[in-house]
Order: sequence, then structure tokens, then C-alpha cells
Amino acid sequence: MISSEGFQATFRYISMFVEGLVCTVSLSFLTVIFGFMLALVLAVLRLSPWQPFKRLGLDKNGHLREEGFLSALGRFNPLNFLATCYVEVFRATPMLVQLFIIYYIVFADVSLPTFKLFGSIRFDRFLPGVVALSLNSGAYLCEIIRSGIQSIDGGQTEAARSLGLTQTQNMRFIVLPQAIKNILPAIANEFVTIIKESSICYTIGVKEIMFAVASIKGATYRIGEPLIIATLVYFCLTFPTSKIIAHFERKMSRGDKR
Amino acid sequence: MATNDKLIQVIDLKKYYKKGEIKALDGITVDIDRGDVMVVIGPSGSGKSTFLRSLNLLEQPTSGTILFEGVDITNRKVNLNVHRQKMGMVFQHFNLFPHKTILENMILAPVEVKKVPKDKAKAKALELLDRVGLADRADTYPIQLSGGQKQRVAIVRALAMEPDVMLFDEPTSALDPEMVGEVLDVMRQLAHAGMTMVVVTHEMGFAREVGNRVVFMADGKLLEQGSPDDIFNHPQNERLKDFLAKVL
Ligand SMILES: Nc1ncnc2c1ncn2[C@@H]1O[C@H](COP(=O)(O)OP(=O)(O)OP(=O)(O)O)[C@@H](O)[C@H]1O
Ligand SMILES: [Mg+2]
Repeated sequence: MISSEGFQATFRYISMFVEGLVCTVSLSFLTVIFGFMLALVLAVLRLSPWQPFKRLGLDKNGHLREEGFLSALGRFNPLNFLATCYVEVFRATPMLVQLFIIYYIVFADVSLPTFKLFGSIRFDRFLPGVVALSLNSGAYLCEIIRSGIQSIDGGQTEAARSLGLTQTQNMRFIVLPQAIKNILPAIANEFVTIIKESSICYTIGVKEIMFAVASIKGATYRIGEPLIIATLVYFCLTFPTSKIIAHFERKMSRGDKR
Repeated sequence: MATNDKLIQVIDLKKYYKKGEIKALDGITVDIDRGDVMVVIGPSGSGKSTFLRSLNLLEQPTSGTILFEGVDITNRKVNLNVHRQKMGMVFQHFNLFPHKTILENMILAPVEVKKVPKDKAKAKALELLDRVGLADRADTYPIQLSGGQKQRVAIVRALAMEPDVMLFDEPTSALDPEMVGEVLDVMRQLAHAGMTMVVVTHEMGFAREVGNRVVFMADGKLLEQGSPDDIFNHPQNERLKDFLAKVL
């Protein structure tokens, strides 16, 4: 089944792997950037203090009600509610379904420009791929950021609030800068996950690594050899990345103990 | 120094947890005058921290009223941030911002909250740091300081906002014994300068020497209050006598 002739045949198309590699890396990179921006917004919404019905939760002396429907309504935060719905839906449904919905439904009637990035990546396929992956990883990254924020010692917020900083200022100057540092390793791990998951985009014709495998199979009637090479390429991409992350993780925790 | 001018009036303050099962504060009524150095003592779990943290609404009371400079700050419709600026707070565990230098710790609130120009805030911060002997540490990070130094920074960080009252929650409890003195010195200076202070502490020597009023709490209630001489030399309440027998 696997033979040196097979590898020779495959190597004639090695440029497709190079193109696929470039595509996978740019897909993952853009996804982690847009996903992170989305996640930041979602996390801030989830932790926002906005309570539009707060006054309904107060009694006539302006004190908080203890219990009951009005008390619950007073605490209700629509921003948190919407962001939570988003996160739960995206985490509870398959990536493939999300990708198809984005590509075949959301972008169905949008005529995207058909130019090619790096000479081979079709923009009208690439963009929906980035969008779907970003929407999905945004949901996961949101939870990473949220737990990072909640891991910051409550004393920090108390000190900030006692100095008169508003909730927003506290987030911006005190909590987020510390949380980001704590969650960088988890974000980098998400990057590794995205590299692997981006392979799903071959189903909508994005010319990433798995697309190269499918094309070479069509041309050479060989599947084993291209798959072995794809495996190697993915491994060489993700393994060093996670090792580098682990290295920085150790270095950073050492800094804390100083 | 005390001018009998009421700064904070606490009226029947209650804080319940678990729907009233735990009464952390069970009806506290007390006035704090300008220039007062009020020391709060009492056994563990008596509600001292809860009381202190209620004063600047870090803890939302279940019921009762706190008038600060005549304004009912327990009313949720008031802008708390405006009042909190005027109440400095010092915590047992310092709560310095570890990602900021000492100087940055000190100027953050003046610059962002009070909109003081940065260079003015810096000059003021350096002057305050100098007062507690830490001007040369302005550009280091909190992690590089000893516990006593951290607490001195925490005190001047609060002072940088020019508060009308300073709240201390066991400021020396997390310190190695040899560092307690340097922090108490700073607090003593502050008291002599006329700052209104509410201090929760187990340092009975400090309470006796620096406090002009001592308040004894147990089970969320204020059981006895008076001058240090009243409380330490002529205690009336049995719980207080018990307590003093254990700590003195
Ligand atoms: N978040 C909370 N949930 C439930 N109970 C609480 C909470 N915070 C405080 N309590 C309870 O309220 C009571 C008063 O606590 P508080 O921390 O004010 O006591 P304290 O006098 O400061 O004690 P210590 O000297 O140990 O610091 C305690 O019984 C405590 O268990
Ligand atoms: Mg306490």
C-alpha cells in the first residue's frame, strides 16, 4: 500500500503541501486574533455589571430586596445573558455544522471578491473559513478569559474600588492586565487546537493541508503517502509550538516566585 | 483634636448571610467624629471586618443606614465612587497591584479618578513615599518589598487620594513580628497629624496608646465602647472582661 514510488509521486506535488502549510498557518493565525478580540468582548459582556432593572430590585428605602421575582429581575443582566447564550450554543454544536451554516447560508448571497492570497488561497473560501473558526474559538477563548479574570484575587478589585476606581477602570487597569498574563499559555494552547481544527476547512474548498492531500489523491490515486506527509507537517507545526509554550509557561511561573 | 463634628453615622447596621442564619452585624449604631481614632476590638468572627468593609460599602449591608458627611451611602442610587475616594482603606494582605511599580500603584487613582496631572501626582507620591522612608523604592515592584514595606506603601497609596478617613483592617496581622513596629509607627504619625481613623487590630498596646475611642464587638453587636482607659482598666461587660483576660 505504501511504497517509495508512492512517495515519489507525492513529492511531485510537494508545492501543494507548501501552499497548504501557508494557508493553514494564516488561517489559524487570523482565527486566533479575531477569536481573541471576539472573546474579549464576550468575556467583558459576561462579567459586565449592567443591571438595567436594578431599581425594580430596590425597596422603597433604596435597599436591595432579599428575594423574590423583583430581586431576580433587579440582578438580571441582558448582556451577560446574550453572551452566555452565544458561548453555550457555539460550544454545544459541531464545528462542521457551524462551518457549513456560515459558508452555505450566511455567505450564500454575499459575492466576495475572488482574488487569491499568496497566489493560491481563494479569498471567497478563505474568509468564511476564518469567520467560522473565529466565531467558534471566540466562544472557547471567552471561557478561558473569563476564568482568567475570575482567578485574579478579589483583594485586587477591593483595593481598586476602595480607591474610587469604577468597575470599568478596575477591569482596564487592574484585572485585565494581570489576567492576560495568566491566560497567555491557555491562549497559545488554543492556537495549537485551531491549527488542527482548521483542517475542517477543506470541506468548503479552502486549500489548506488536508485539501492538498485530497488533491494529490485525485491526481496520483495515492492516499497513504500524502496522509503520512500531512501528519508530519501538522506534527512539526504543533509540537514545537506547544513545547515553546511550555517553556514560556515555566519561565513565567518562575518569575512569580522570585 | 476631635471636633465633635460627625463624619460617619452608622445607624442600626445589619449584615446577614444565608438568609439570616449568620448575623455578621446585628444592629450596630455608632458615630465617628472627625479626628477620631477609633479602635475596634473583639474575638474572631465577631464582625469587625464586616463592619469596616460596610463603611465603604465593599460589603452591601442587609439593612441600616450609613451617613457619610451627611449623605446616606447605603442608598443604591448614590454614586459610591465619589464617596469611596474619600475613604482610604488598608487591608491585612496589602493588596498592592503586582503588575505596577510602587510609584504606578500610588498615582493610578489620583490620575484616573481625580484627574490630577501626572507630574503633580508623581511629586505628591514621592513626597508621601519619602515620609515613610521608601522614596528610593519608587520604581521597584511590590514583590521586591518586605511585608512591612508593602504595608507602608499601601498606607501612602490610600493617602495619595487625600481621604477624609482611613480604614485599617488588621494591618499588621500578616506581618512578621519585627515588621509590626514600622507599620504602627506610620499609623501613629497619621493619628498625630489629625487623620480620622477606624482601626481593627489585635495590637492592644496600639489601641491603648493611639486610640481615643475603643469599641468592643462580639457576635455582630457593639457591646461596649469608651476611652482606652474605660475599656482596658474598667471593663463592664462580661464578654469584654473575658476577652481582655485572654489577650492581655
Ligand atoms: N461571605 C460570607 N458568607 C458567609 N458568612 C460570612 C461571610 N463573610 C463573613 N461571614 C461570617 O460573618 C461573621 C463575621 O465575620 P468577620 O470577618 O467580620 O469577623 P472578624 O471579626 O473580622 O473576624 P477575624 O478577627 O477572624 O478577622 C463570621 O461568623 C463569618 O463566618
Ligand atoms: Mg477580620
